[in-house]
Amino acid sequence: MLRELEYPFDNEYILKKSKSLKKALLKEQTKRIQKKIAVLGGSTTHDISKVLELFLLNYGIEPVFYESEYAQYWQDVMFNEELQDFAPDIIYIHTSNRNIHEYPKVSDSPADVDGLLTQTYSHFETMWQRIEQVYHCPVIQNNMELPFYRLLGNRDASDIHGRIHFINQLNEKFYQYANAHQNFYINDIQYLSSCYGLDKWSDPLFWHMYKYALCLPAIPNLSYNVANIIKAIYGKNKKSLVLDLDNTLWGGIVGDDGVENLEIGQETSMGQVFSEFQQYVKDQKDIGVMLNISSKNEEENAIAGLEHPDAPLKPEDFILIKANWDPKSMNIQNIAKELNILPESLVFVDDNPAEREIVRQQVPGVSIPEIGSPEQYISVLDHSGFFEVTQLSEDDRKRNEMYKANVQRHQQEAGFADYSEYLRSLDMKGTIKAFEPMYMARIAQLTNKSNQFNLTTKRFSQSEIQEAAADAQKLTLYGKLEDKFGDNGVVSIVMGDERQTGEMRAVWGDESEEKTLHIELWLMSCRVLKRDMEFAMMDALVEECRKRGITKIKGYYYPTAKNAMVREFYGLQGFTKEKEDENGNTVWYYKIENSYEHKNKVIQVNSESQR
Amino acid sequence: MDREELFERLNTVFRDVFDDEDITVTDLTTANDIEDWDSLEHINLMAAVEEEFGIKFTMGQIVSMKNVGQMADIIQEKLG
Repeated sequence: MLRELEYPFDNEYILKKSKSLKKALLKEQTKRIQKKIAVLGGSTTHDISKVLELFLLNYGIEPVFYESEYAQYWQDVMFNEELQDFAPDIIYIHTSNRNIHEYPKVSDSPADVDGLLTQTYSHFETMWQRIEQVYHCPVIQNNMELPFYRLLGNRDASDIHGRIHFINQLNEKFYQYANAHQNFYINDIQYLSSCYGLDKWSDPLFWHMYKYALCLPAIPNLSYNVANIIKAIYGKNKKSLVLDLDNTLWGGIVGDDGVENLEIGQETSMGQVFSEFQQYVKDQKDIGVMLNISSKNEEENAIAGLEHPDAPLKPEDFILIKANWDPKSMNIQNIAKELNILPESLVFVDDNPAEREIVRQQVPGVSIPEIGSPEQYISVLDHSGFFEVTQLSEDDRKRNEMYKANVQRHQQEAGFADYSEYLRSLDMKGTIKAFEPMYMARIAQLTNKSNQFNLTTKRFSQSEIQEAAADAQKLTLYGKLEDKFGDNGVVSIVMGDERQTGEMRAVWGDESEEKTLHIELWLMSCRVLKRDMEFAMMDALVEECRKRGITKIKGYYYPTAKNAMVREFYGLQGFTKEKEDENGNTVWYYKIENSYEHKNKVIQVNSESQR
Repeated sequence: MDREELFERLNTVFRDVFDDEDITVTDLTTANDIEDWDSLEHINLMAAVEEEFGIKFTMGQIVSMKNVGQMADIIQEKLG
């Protein structure tokens, strides 16, 4: 991770040093996922891809680019076989208002203007539909930035003949398409250009000189925004905020100044700034961000501060509150451990540069923004794009509650002598079924996010998940788990194929002596570890295999930096190890006996296959 | 600023942009003399020179530069 590429960054520096930054990134010994990205431009894209590459490498994604010839975005999608051969994982369409060739004339009738709008929009829609039919991959599409001049002055915005009006109408149509199509994401350059300053962003020199639709120094902002969408699509968003208290969530030091003297609430300007920030943090819960505290304080003082009557945040908004005198690095590691997430999923927010530096040294991977002064906290956090929202599922909205319930479960666990007695006390109810349409988005999300309990770490897009569900030779299962503390949602996925995939055959040789199911994916969310859900999944898998006359199951384990916890998973399920190669990849098999006894005894399972 | 100092600073900019510590530019250096100096890198070079000297070139100035010497002339003129 390079500090130079974290927000807030120095645009000129990145542009000037892009070559040496790339070298430094490639020197890092990080494992990256490789993705093929087609950048299709309506204007020059050279430096946009170059800087996008830096941000993606920094996010653990190694891009392979296809760049269209100058302004060939539409032709490439519609006719170019080279793009088809490239088989992109993502298509980014970098268009701008420079690609609108005709605007309403002042003499046009309302019907003329409407016709022109439809015509302009259809040009884009035709291209998107073609992408959906041919490429089946996510699309990132710029909306239109506002024009840099206004023929009608202020009236340009409201009059149907105004360019501003026209562009806003066109954008509205883009958004309707985005809302109706799941793999389609808007890159909001209208917002970016207004933050940057439209006059600077649209400096005509760069268009006439180099055919750039935006000024060169703004390119890092654009590329960063695109990189954020891409990393969110591949499950590399952050998951949780860890916040300091004194001078971060309120002004003053609660232990010294007392609760009544804290700057929070509407009484003072500083109080208002902190209140606005607290409200911003509280709203993060609604998009699934988990809130935690790490503060050097007596716990009772910390709680008293959070109970301040004028403060938007309350103690119950947080999952874990670590208020003590231990090093923050230790508290942060404990938070990661207790929530069962990796430190790299955390964002640490602290006003004290010394604390930030220590945590940076001690817990690599945690994101620690240079947060600035209190009135800048919101914009720094927000523009960092840690929690870029590419989809909003029910699970996201309820995540905080689910993790809180988890913490309660652990507390209760301590009161039981026997672990299975504890598990039975949870009244767990599972649903295990073949993939169903309403869960496709969540299933794809899980395949891209799960790292630890994941045997093959294969990633799937939503369209691939849908194709698998429709394929009669594939076996798909999702598992949902509910208990008395709450609904965990979809937490486990198993996918198998009656054919051995080419990739497996290449590694392990051909196998076809009896009807066999090859497990290409088995994963579980770590929020339900040690709940016997994996045994319930095994039971359902065996049952489904029997229905299909399958007598043998083959499991594959491919080690990564993160999935050591499941190295012996198949062994625990009763599989026999068949092979192991020098890289630690293993193959396991399981003969399905008639006497198969259910392994799960604590979850009451509802599945179609159960009678 | 004298010509010598100006070229020293230009050298630093060129080395940064083309990531090559061996570059030394003279009055007569042109894009043909530096391998990576194509039209796409030209834009980054212009931006880096502008940043180094705290100036902004107009379009007319950018299109009129035929070699590094002429670039230096324009910079000197701008700095007054």
